[in-house]
Amino acid sequence: MVMRLSDEEKAMRDGAQGPAVAKAMDLLIRYGEALGAEDFVYTDNIAGVPGSSPKWVKDYFAADGGDYRAVFSRFDLDSDKVVDVPRINGFGCHLQGGMDPQLWREQGMSDEAFANFEADEREVAAHGIQVLKTCTPYLAGNVPVMGEHCAWMESSAVVFCNSVIGGRTNCEGRESTSAAMLAKRVPNWGFHTEDFRKGQHLIEVQAPVDSIFEWGLLGYFTGAAVEDAIPVLDGAISSAALIKHKHFGAAAASSGGVEMYHMAGITPEAPTVERAFGGAVRGERFTYGARERRETYEQLNSVGESRDVDYVMLGCPHYSADQLTEAARLLEGRTVHPNSNLWIFTSRAVKATAEASGSADIIRKAGARLMTDTCSAISQAVPPGTKVAAFDSAKQTHYLPAIMGIEGWFGTTQECIDAACTGRWDGRLA
Amino acid sequence: MATLATRPADVLIRGRKVVGGVVEGEALVTRQTISGWGGVNPMKGEIIEMRHELRGQSFAGKILVFPGAKGSSGWSAMFHTTRLTGQAPIGMLYNITTTKAALGAVVMRVPTMTDFDSDPLEQIETGDWVRIDADAAVVSVWKGGQPSPEGIG
Repeated sequence: MVMRLSDEEKAMRDGAQGPAVAKAMDLLIRYGEALGAEDFVYTDNIAGVPGSSPKWVKDYFAADGGDYRAVFSRFDLDSDKVVDVPRINGFGCHLQGGMDPQLWREQGMSDEAFANFEADEREVAAHGIQVLKTCTPYLAGNVPVMGEHCAWMESSAVVFCNSVIGGRTNCEGRESTSAAMLAKRVPNWGFHTEDFRKGQHLIEVQAPVDSIFEWGLLGYFTGAAVEDAIPVLDGAISSAALIKHKHFGAAAASSGGVEMYHMAGITPEAPTVERAFGGAVRGERFTYGARERRETYEQLNSVGESRDVDYVMLGCPHYSADQLTEAARLLEGRTVHPNSNLWIFTSRAVKATAEASGSADIIRKAGARLMTDTCSAISQAVPPGTKVAAFDSAKQTHYLPAIMGIEGWFGTTQECIDAACTGRWDGRLA
Repeated sequence: MATLATRPADVLIRGRKVVGGVVEGEALVTRQTISGWGGVNPMKGEIIEMRHELRGQSFAGKILVFPGAKGSSGWSAMFHTTRLTGQAPIGMLYNITTTKAALGAVVMRVPTMTDFDSDPLEQIETGDWVRIDADAAVVSVWKGGQPSPEGIG
């Protein structure tokens, strides 16, 4: 299918706004046609990882200069030739990155890797892109409004944007977000259109879901049940809060590919089950009861064998200010066990709040590390010799053991902090 | 490109072009969706997701036949990286269109199709010989591997 372009879009494709915008449009047109999109939608809210790359990727493009410009052109814009990349003129932000800007040595990063990180960040800033460096832009200065067309990467942020805010974004990739920062367009497909956002399967929640731990379990179950479809959840869900949606969505996006969910009476496009479906209930019906809850818990904990925990990782998705306060409350007066490590990840913006509020200090005094920008899965950084890790995030439990070849436990924040302070995993399903 | 096969295909499937071009090779088939970031090792072109039926297998140089993409938005960048490392699949057939799979196919620049008139997962098994002519929107399948010249007649 050939996409329908406006006169302005044709001119952009043909170079009227310079070669970088032309390459961005070329990529977005190829992408739109691959999707079967008819036209583009305008966006001025773009979240990606523009141009950032490890050293080996720059080396790969050595013949093209091996710098930010080369990577942005050849990789991000998938251009055969290198173009000058102008300052972007939209609202774009940089999501999570590869290391903590201060604690990179503790994360095992080399001087060379840090120099590369700093150079990339200078380029990002010089191109007019907001340096948020987080998987939770909505906690760090980028909160869309209902109905706003966005182009976001980061599956946990995408599902939050669509489901909790009612913003409209597909799960974009690195190349499409970088191109959209220049062209301020994305294919008008998927979640940008009204009909696509309607529910496809029903999940009847019978086991009570109230705490953040329970919301995470339900999210992991939901993704496994509906895969990449849009679930409508109805039943015993209570005590909604931002951090619970954050955990639920991240879990559902990793066990399946959930990019939007509805919770009847809770999320903005689901005042009722019928409204969420846009009519009668359709698709499959799943039940989440005591048995499904236990099975989900056991599946998440199937990669744990040894109870000697040498690493506890919190902050997936990046912790909010209230989660840091809670971690500090659980840690106050205790210390991390000599055989274990506790790393807690957040954004720079939230860390600044935690510094001002005192929780950062309590966390550090307990012997834990408060880190920003990244996480263990993104940076592939764990304390040296880590064999067994523990998480309060279903998403991180899903990814990190597979990526690092380690064992992993999933439990509550309390159980994780207890494990960090005793060196032993004692989690169980209440 | 002319087909390497020496007899008519056993199965023809029609669909829609995602990325144009023609390619022929051995199929690697899974009925499970594939995670990109965190699900594959781009240095080896290998599936690493826990509990995935293709865990430990490489798609490098194969025609990847799968239901669709799932997981992180890093899907396209991860498969894009396999193009840099020389470990990319040479073609893809998928049933479910997602932004992840579509963008991944575009930046890998391998012939890719979707929206089929019959399900490739029912028609193609790992090891079958497959020709994707995305420009003509046709997939040809030879069961049991590449037909050898001795097999003529």
